[in-house]
Amino acid sequence: MTLARKPLIMRIGNDRLARNVLGLLLIAAFLVPILNLWVPESSPFHVPSYVVALFGKYLTYALLALSVDLVWGYCGILSLGHGAFFALGGYAIGMHMMRQIGERGVYGNAELPDFMVFLNWQELPWYWYGFDSFGFAVLMALLVPGLLAFIFGWFAFRSRVTGVYLSIITQAMTYALLLAFFRNDMGFGGNNGLTDFKDILGFSLQTDGMRATLFFLSAMAVIGGYLICRMIVDSRLGRVIVAIRDSESRARFLGYRVEYYKLFVFTVSGVLAGVAGALYVPQVGIINPSEFAPANSIEIVIWVALGGRGTLIGPILGAVAVNYGKTYFTGAFPEGWLFMLGGLFIVATLFLPKGIVGTKSIIEGYERYRLRLAKYLRPYDYVKGGSGR
Amino acid sequence: MPKFKLHLALIVTTFAVLFSSPALAIDFADGVQALNAKSYSDKGRAAEALAATGHERTVTVLTALLNSELFYQKSDGEVFIAKKSGKVYILSSPLTGADLGETKKNALKKIRINNKLRGKLKGLLGGLTLMSADADQRFSAADKVFKASDPAMLGLLERALSREENEDVKSRLTRAHAAIVLEHSKDSSARIAAAKTLANFTNPDVASLLGKLSFLDDNGHPIEKDAAVFAAIKDAHKTVESQLSKWAVLGNLFQGVSLGSVLLLAAVGLAITFGVMGVINMAHGEMVMIGAYTTFIVQDLFRSHFPEAFDWSLAVAVPAAFLVTGAVGIAIERGVIRFLYGRPLETLLATWGVSLVLQQMVRSIFGPTNQEVGNPSWMSGAIETSTGLVLTYNRIWIIVFSLAVLAMLAVIAKKTMFGLQMRAVTQNRAMASSMGIRSGWVDALTFGLGSGVAGMAGVALSQIDNVSPNLGQAYIIDSFMVVVFGGVGNLWGTLVGAFSLGILNKFMEPYAGAVLAKIFILVGIILFIQKRPRGLFALKGRAVEN
Amino acid sequence: MSHTQEVKSILYLDGVSVSFDGFKALNNLSLYVNEGEMRAIIGPNGAGKTTMMDVITGKTRPDEGDVIFGGNVDLTQLDEAAIANLGIGRKFQKPTVFENQSVFDNLELALAGNRRPHENLFFKLQSDQLDHINETLKQTSLAIHRNKIAGALSHGQKQWLEIGMLLMQKPDLLLVDEPVAGMTDAETATTAELLKDIAKTRSVVVVEHDMDFVKALDCRVNVLHEGSVLAEGSLENVQANEQVIEVYLGR
Repeated sequence: MTLARKPLIMRIGNDRLARNVLGLLLIAAFLVPILNLWVPESSPFHVPSYVVALFGKYLTYALLALSVDLVWGYCGILSLGHGAFFALGGYAIGMHMMRQIGERGVYGNAELPDFMVFLNWQELPWYWYGFDSFGFAVLMALLVPGLLAFIFGWFAFRSRVTGVYLSIITQAMTYALLLAFFRNDMGFGGNNGLTDFKDILGFSLQTDGMRATLFFLSAMAVIGGYLICRMIVDSRLGRVIVAIRDSESRARFLGYRVEYYKLFVFTVSGVLAGVAGALYVPQVGIINPSEFAPANSIEIVIWVALGGRGTLIGPILGAVAVNYGKTYFTGAFPEGWLFMLGGLFIVATLFLPKGIVGTKSIIEGYERYRLRLAKYLRPYDYVKGGSGR
Repeated sequence: MPKFKLHLALIVTTFAVLFSSPALAIDFADGVQALNAKSYSDKGRAAEALAATGHERTVTVLTALLNSELFYQKSDGEVFIAKKSGKVYILSSPLTGADLGETKKNALKKIRINNKLRGKLKGLLGGLTLMSADADQRFSAADKVFKASDPAMLGLLERALSREENEDVKSRLTRAHAAIVLEHSKDSSARIAAAKTLANFTNPDVASLLGKLSFLDDNGHPIEKDAAVFAAIKDAHKTVESQLSKWAVLGNLFQGVSLGSVLLLAAVGLAITFGVMGVINMAHGEMVMIGAYTTFIVQDLFRSHFPEAFDWSLAVAVPAAFLVTGAVGIAIERGVIRFLYGRPLETLLATWGVSLVLQQMVRSIFGPTNQEVGNPSWMSGAIETSTGLVLTYNRIWIIVFSLAVLAMLAVIAKKTMFGLQMRAVTQNRAMASSMGIRSGWVDALTFGLGSGVAGMAGVALSQIDNVSPNLGQAYIIDSFMVVVFGGVGNLWGTLVGAFSLGILNKFMEPYAGAVLAKIFILVGIILFIQKRPRGLFALKGRAVEN
Repeated sequence: MSHTQEVKSILYLDGVSVSFDGFKALNNLSLYVNEGEMRAIIGPNGAGKTTMMDVITGKTRPDEGDVIFGGNVDLTQLDEAAIANLGIGRKFQKPTVFENQSVFDNLELALAGNRRPHENLFFKLQSDQLDHINETLKQTSLAIHRNKIAGALSHGQKQWLEIGMLLMQKPDLLLVDEPVAGMTDAETATTAELLKDIAKTRSVVVVEHDMDFVKALDCRVNVLHEGSVLAEGSLENVQANEQVIEVYLGR
């Protein structure tokens, strides 16, 4: 006889915050495209295209935040280099879209992207092979960030680099990639990166239909990312990584090979970040080395910190909220935004160590809520006599 | 024989210059006036006579004539040097160079020259500087002759050589002579000897000359048809190149030490805040930046109030930057960091926030563009050697300054009461507090010290880098790399870390290029931390476990 | 000291030395513990007790010497996780439990077996494992706290929880570092009973300062001093030893 757990879907159903946010997201995934595409512009229910594009972008950030939360919130690994995985996923899809341009580039060269023609390259470098295929590009968008995370993690975790040291070397990693991608010799468009995309799978990127589709995919990716992360953190493996976060040596002396667990979550997280990047690039129409800038990666961390690390809903809310604020303030008070962002870092770390979701006074009536939450957030609810062997 | 006459005249004038320059001045004035002659041949004779005076202004006057800048006044025929400036001419005295104000265009008439006279003037000028009384001028003239490699100068060179007594100038003359002989002579034994002579000159120009002469043509045959000469050239080329590569190593070493000193300056403050206190201060770069802006403000005050004392501005900027950034540091420690002790990752994030705020603050006040920070005169210029080594004074001073700052810190840590309290608090806070040390203030002052040192680094960096709100960002990752590489909590480690990273970087640059070298260094450090997670000079044992 | 191995030794240290920056934390330390034996290690501060634990559990590599477990396994070649999985449990000086997880979860995480990530992603608790957890909860007097967050336990309860976690690993050898530091007298007595109970089925090595507690354990005692064994025997014998009185007890 084994002890069955309640299925994932029931556990989420019992978790009101997750249920509400995910439900809302699911509704939005369908409703927003409908309101954008089929409701006439004159109608008050019409969602303008720029809003679709904007929130589509925010949702990719939300997925990125989720990936950082998985390693930081649950495993205590503060990565200041997740922008690298995001950018690599973006470059993979960008390369595919670059190949799709074909003869429509400025130089009309079907064999080579414009920047290669400009640099007098004679043939496509070997690492661009295969990116003509959409499937291959998607595979690479998952594989390359995952592989980088795996290799980096393999070295870092095996030699027990932890804490701020790890943070610093993740930062060095993305910085090194930033410098590398700036080089024209790398064959990724150097400074300017990849842009001027035309279409994907034969559909133009400039249409409302494409924007709505990408919005839908991004929303579903966030939901999917949440479910994957939730499955991981609710499992015994999830409790091992929390154990590692709270007392690495205790976990080690209990016989857990800490490095394998860290490697697992770090790699999963890298892949999620790559997916986010792959969804992001078609929506913004450009990918360039500045995505590797260390400052970008640190900014992700504040979305997580503000939303509430160690909760999976918090980072989603944090990413959308901070980026909405950024869009608003950089438009309204461009001088003020860095003050705001800087202030957020300070306020969030000093006054909201658990983020918005984890802090009582922020959400009204949260106290009552929390009591119920505590009951359901306990990862295991055993039902004696369940099915299975 | 005009050449002989010139030679004689020069010997005479050399003595004349030595013994009776006031008397000569009158002759010189007459000579200048004589340039305003009717016929070109009279002008030529006047120029020769002028050259024979050996007067220090001769070269200036003849050059002015050559460049059509010598005029005479229509009214009285007096000769002036004049430069056109808009609608007027600015006059100066050909005799003294003194400024004589300006005059209208039509008051003057140019002293014309023809091609024949032009050739004569050039010859006179070349010879004049080669025979100049001033050793520095002879020195540079010899180098000009070397570069021009004109066989017509051979005779002049030989004469100059025969009377030259200054060893440095003589060596340059020898070099020029050998180069011309090697390139233009028909005498194969003389050329072989010249090649051997050139082999003694470790100089990039000599190397490129020899390299040029040892080229192969399209069929793979040497351009030089004389096999023995070709072999001698090849030999000499090899010798010079190998000597030069030794000097290049020295040059790289200097570049590396210079970069190392910059890294040391940027990192040494971190070595205190991160190394001693365990606080990750992401706003460290902004402390450097504020230090640089303090320099800008101090220099601005000097420019507007004591422009004559501008050379002293840095002497004021260093303590000013220390105090300003130290105060900012203390404010950050008291306002933010003290609430976050024991939570290094949160400290990292909060100080990142502080860095964004400080950056934007400076941007709002001073604007986003680069600010002009001047080099005092004693930091301008460079020591240059004939071997192609250039040591700029500002780099040299920064190396000295970085070591001085490190020494100061070592003294503070080891010899002062504050240093003792600082070490006590970091080793055992509870014990230190119970012994009456106000650990809170020691924390604040330690952080202030680290920040102040960063500010002093900013003064130095303002001398070699653009002063903009982003200045600090450029250094933060490098500084962390230095501290992590050198080993935390160890000033000695920071020193070794900074210089070894700087030197390694500069030695890789010629092979890999600047960007790749930096990438290799970063990857190298990432791998290094795997092997030695606590850096080069790590403390061992139980004490460092937590 | 001679090592006649009539009884099978479970742990055998021979000539172990460790130095940190010139300081010799362990100096030619030799010690053996028999199967099913309870052993107490006492000694002044800096005698090398914790370093000895570090060496046995793989945290510190000795500069020289042998550390043999179960007669044939060389522990100096293994890391912490491998040694833990061999059946050596270690309790830290400061109680170390997973503060953000429930008592039940703490014990469940310590459950023997299933140490690889993929085994844990789809792990289902078997009923015999649940029984083992419940049994241990009872043994450590924590049954009523099973759903409490471990961080909310008292100091003593955390010590017991940690011991309970070690029991979940089903170890053959238990290393316990100062289990009663900071405990009340009643808790100390309970702990002594708990350890004696545990020692019935496995070997236990206890490092302790509290002489009353060591007396209550009623076992052989080793006195460590400056990184090596100064004396070995019953507590009475050891306490009567001139050298021991000199360096430790007599002061």
